[in-house]
Amino acid sequence: MKIERITALFIALGIFIVAILALPIANIFFKQFAFDLTGFLSAITDQGVLKAVGLSCFSAFLAVLVTFVFGVPLAYLLARKNFRGKALIEGIIDLPMAIPHVVAGIMLLTVFGLSGLIGGPVSPFLRFEGALPGIVVAMLFVSAPFLINSAKEGFQSVDPRLEKVARSLGATEWEAFRKVAFPLAFPQIFSGAIMSWARAISEFAAVIMLVGFFPMVAPGMIWSRFYSLGLYEGMRVAVILLLITLSVFVGLKYLQGRLYAEH
Amino acid sequence: MLSIRDLSKKWADFSLTNINLDVKEREYFTVLGPTGAGKTLMLELIAGFHRPDLGEIWINDKNITDLPPEQRKVGFVYQDYSLFPHLNVEENVEFGLRLKKIPKSETNKKIRHTMNLLGLTHLSKRLPKTLSGGEQQKVALARAIVLDPDVLLLDEPLSALDAQTQERLRKELKDLHERSGVTTIHVTHDHVEAILLGDRIGVLSDGKLIQVGAPDEIFRKPKWEFVAKFVGVENIFSGKSELKEGLARIDIGNALIEAVTQKEGKVKVCIRPEDILLSKRPIKSSGRNMLQGKITEISDRGTTVRLKVDVGRELVVIITKRSFLDMKLGIGSGVYAAFKASSVHVI
Repeated sequence: MKIERITALFIALGIFIVAILALPIANIFFKQFAFDLTGFLSAITDQGVLKAVGLSCFSAFLAVLVTFVFGVPLAYLLARKNFRGKALIEGIIDLPMAIPHVVAGIMLLTVFGLSGLIGGPVSPFLRFEGALPGIVVAMLFVSAPFLINSAKEGFQSVDPRLEKVARSLGATEWEAFRKVAFPLAFPQIFSGAIMSWARAISEFAAVIMLVGFFPMVAPGMIWSRFYSLGLYEGMRVAVILLLITLSVFVGLKYLQGRLYAEH
Repeated sequence: MLSIRDLSKKWADFSLTNINLDVKEREYFTVLGPTGAGKTLMLELIAGFHRPDLGEIWINDKNITDLPPEQRKVGFVYQDYSLFPHLNVEENVEFGLRLKKIPKSETNKKIRHTMNLLGLTHLSKRLPKTLSGGEQQKVALARAIVLDPDVLLLDEPLSALDAQTQERLRKELKDLHERSGVTTIHVTHDHVEAILLGDRIGVLSDGKLIQVGAPDEIFRKPKWEFVAKFVGVENIFSGKSELKEGLARIDIGNALIEAVTQKEGKVKVCIRPEDILLSKRPIKSSGRNMLQGKITEISDRGTTVRLKVDVGRELVVIITKRSFLDMKLGIGSGVYAAFKASSVHVI
């Protein structure tokens, strides 16, 4: 079959960008498995590594869960209603994607740190510095925009008349949301949740600045081992994190594809 | 049954103004109006999707103005049917029944009955995206009527369908209304659809309900030039009327027309193009008006031909294709246009 010129050009351009993205991934796996397989095998049985990776996954899950509970209703409001200050709220939601994460860390520290605006008063019964809630807050700050924006686009893609019809059929406002808007927007909400989780698990700067190195999350451990023990020590943990993220990504993307197909 | 009192609603740059309407039980009422006249907004106000700025809506002697949509017992079918795309046909139809928490056996019975009524049983497990426009339309109707609504609101339900399906579904809508007896308000921009379906018609223009009446009254005796134009009156002339021997003689400029009316002074004269007879020779008929002129334009419409005849004023005439061929007419042909004084409607 003859490929047309523009298609050929697009394929060439696509290959270039995929190569830039894939090369570091392929290279790190190649180096790890070709030259340091035993190191990798020891790392995956290392309790410290497993704990850090597990904490990263769990904290990212909690961050997504909190964003889901509080962010999805907000996304619905942003998609459906016009109100004063809407542009400001949308700007606030987008901001964490645009600022350096060191800046995010400083901002979080001034609010959730031991002498921060919230962190100070609540410190007798809830600590953010050096604790799980701090990791979750830092991850939530940088990852929430992905879920909220994706959910908003999902709700925007649902014809509001479907909810009106549902109301005429006897559904309350909540039932129309639960039975019509939410299930129809769900593939995009789910997609946003995957992106949000991925962004949360990869956060380093904001977590380190607010929480410190302990409890240790995977990116913190990679940095610490790389800095103190060398490239290969850091790479082992990095490969484990990459493998987990890649498997979750591929698995969830497959599930997401099925969800879209159903809709 | 349904009573709308002084209903007004401002919506962006548009206003629905002072709507007053009474629709009787079991009546099929059509609301006719062009795009942007406020038809959908009027239906959505009745359904409770918006709150009116002023006025009240009553159904069965109950003021429902402040009730939320789910408590109004009003079924709604949109132009694009708005079927729930994630539910199959049966799930769409049972959506409202499930919310009512009716026993499963009764729900199933109602669903079976309604799907049979609309011939949907064989489609029960299909998703909306796999259905034709006509089938989707029927599912939307089934979903609304399965709940036995007090009022069924149809928002341009046939406009997205091809001509053949439109004709078939018009009949089915009429049949369904006769069998179910549900009071129906159907909005459309198609005057043929309004006339064929409606027991009565209301004409909506720029947010105002300007005329309500039986189809024949709207069609034959429009009260406003807008209504006349909208229902296909193509000959509308300004003139001056003088009464003489029980008839009005109306000077429309370069032509004099006789009409059965008691109106004097400045008037508008309306003559439907299909009420005019055309002949190459003077016509001996009961028509009181006969104007001589020449054909200036011919448009072939398949079974009919639309002609423009210069009689001093431009007169639009529609005749059958057979007559056109028999008379061997062409551009410049001299003709006589005749029409009864009773066919002239004066506004």
